[in-house]
Amino acid sequence: MSTPPAWSHYLPRLGLYAGVAAVLLLVNVGLPRLLNAYLLQILVFAACNIILASSLNLVNGVAGQFSIGHAGFMAIGAYMSAWVSVAYGKTWLAPYADQPCGPLVVSAYLMGLMLLGGVAAAVGGLVVGLPSLRLRGDYLAIATLGFGEIIKVVLLNVEAVGGATGLKGVPQYSTLFLVFGAAVVTVAALRNIGNSIHGRALLAIREDETAAEALGIDSAHYKTSAFVIGAFFAGVAGCLYAHYTQFIHPRSFDFMKSIELVLIVVLGGGKLRNVAIAAAAVTFLPEGLRQVKDLLHLQTDPRMVIYAAILIAVMLLRRERVLQAVLPRRKEGASRG
Amino acid sequence: MLQQLVNAISLGAVYALIALGYTMVYGVLRLINFAHGEVFMVGAFVGLAALSVFHLPFAAAVLVAMLGAALLGMVIERGAYRPLRNAPRLAALITAIGVSLLLQNIGMLTVGAAPNPYPPAIEPTPIPWLKEHARLVVTEQQLVILAATAAILIGLSLIVSRTKIGKAMRAVSEDRQAAQLMGINTDRVISFTFCLGSAIAGAGGVFYGVYYGTADPLMGFMPGIKAFVAAVLGGIGSIPGAMLGALLMGLVETGVSSVTIPLSSTETLSGSTLRDAVAFTVLILVLLVRPAGLLGRPTREKV
Repeated sequence: MSTPPAWSHYLPRLGLYAGVAAVLLLVNVGLPRLLNAYLLQILVFAACNIILASSLNLVNGVAGQFSIGHAGFMAIGAYMSAWVSVAYGKTWLAPYADQPCGPLVVSAYLMGLMLLGGVAAAVGGLVVGLPSLRLRGDYLAIATLGFGEIIKVVLLNVEAVGGATGLKGVPQYSTLFLVFGAAVVTVAALRNIGNSIHGRALLAIREDETAAEALGIDSAHYKTSAFVIGAFFAGVAGCLYAHYTQFIHPRSFDFMKSIELVLIVVLGGGKLRNVAIAAAAVTFLPEGLRQVKDLLHLQTDPRMVIYAAILIAVMLLRRERVLQAVLPRRKEGASRG
Repeated sequence: MLQQLVNAISLGAVYALIALGYTMVYGVLRLINFAHGEVFMVGAFVGLAALSVFHLPFAAAVLVAMLGAALLGMVIERGAYRPLRNAPRLAALITAIGVSLLLQNIGMLTVGAAPNPYPPAIEPTPIPWLKEHARLVVTEQQLVILAATAAILIGLSLIVSRTKIGKAMRAVSEDRQAAQLMGINTDRVISFTFCLGSAIAGAGGVFYGVYYGTADPLMGFMPGIKAFVAAVLGGIGSIPGAMLGALLMGLVETGVSSVTIPLSSTETLSGSTLRDAVAFTVLILVLLVRPAGLLGRPTREKV
């Protein structure tokens, strides 16, 4: 019974890990030679959006807690890690710059920062998760919106992290290997959480909180944990983002960013694979729409108008398909007492 | 001090005009109409066109803006919200955010993102008597705006409490299904509610533009959110609550803006930069302590 399985039992899994690592290494070496800096940056943004959207999917999709302040957690992770890098990291890592082991040291350092940014954001998630115990539906949405805006205003006023001028001179430590690797790990981890007992409990709460509690599910614990876990991964994405763009500003993490993430989750319909596809699509779409301006010889950029129109059209035309998994089947309007 | 109070009431009046639309729409549809701030913005621009292109008098410009905003509100309801009437509420919320983005960006595309100067309509010269005797700067413009706001608020209260359609509105917000069974045309009532709320917001847009002397496509976002906070503070769905909440928001914001916090011997933190954060902190506290708001009725979860 308790004998551990033979080592060959783990072989397929080890093979998978090795394969993923090899592909990531190939991407890390190959893509910069194939694509220009602009395309690489879009790819990195797409990967960040995949991390952000799949973590938001845990809160919005699986647990059914409608949050529109996810960019705030990203901001916490980005600012925390970028500040450490600007204030200390650069000088720590300076001696390794010319040595052959340099890239490895930098990668190890950034992984530590990802953890730090993630934990800082998770603390923020706890702060937001606690009020979520008392609020539901659109009140919770508004409270999370308020939380995101508070973070933005606070960051705009803290001079130590640049205030309204933004934080400049963040070293570019994010590599394609780390960014895509983090995206793969995040999606895998969230998929496993979703399929675990933990995930089932969250699903039960989404479907009917009262019934779930009657079955012995500690809804307060699970709801808070969804916020904490979701915020953690958003913080990781923020750290990677800051160490790729080398400049961050509070306005990069405003309401628009949160809405973009909600849009991705809704488009993905709650299924992680579809969320990842939607994250990539939503990142590429506005970039593609930039071309429209040149084609039509317009003075101003119409891409945001088209973007908003697509959002409305999707909601009106395909909501059954799109919302299938995100929203409780029960009509909420029917249950008000 | 008294001067701050005057400024707070002026700000609160504009918030009240927006907050009423939120609270009425929430009352009948249980929908946070995110596009309401943009209706306010469009109202301001219609008023701007009426004032500076067609050189209409102030009162006529306000009326034109109200009409334009009412029309827009009706179109939004018909086009974007009615098809989702029986969908989950969050679907409508996301659509509302989409409409808000759409209007903002259409605004950016047509008038540009730069602030447009707004004609003062009524010269903001301080009333000499008050300035000499009470050292208060109150302009004729402020008085006209406050009087107009009061007139609109009284008119609205009369419509809601005395007319047949107002009665229907109250019935629909009490229980839509039951109202429908009693022979009320709920679609018409909802349409009318959007009209009324949007018209008031449109008037608010003109007052805001005249008062601050500028208008831009993003002007609706922050006042819209703060008016929503005001509506929640007063108890969403309650019309007197929205007015009270808006007044309190005006007071809190003006109060915070006037405070300067010393951080160290050289640095100070001006309250005006923290104004927006304070508005949201108030919101979260209200939601935590008294979710139904000051004048709202607490709802109980049915099991």
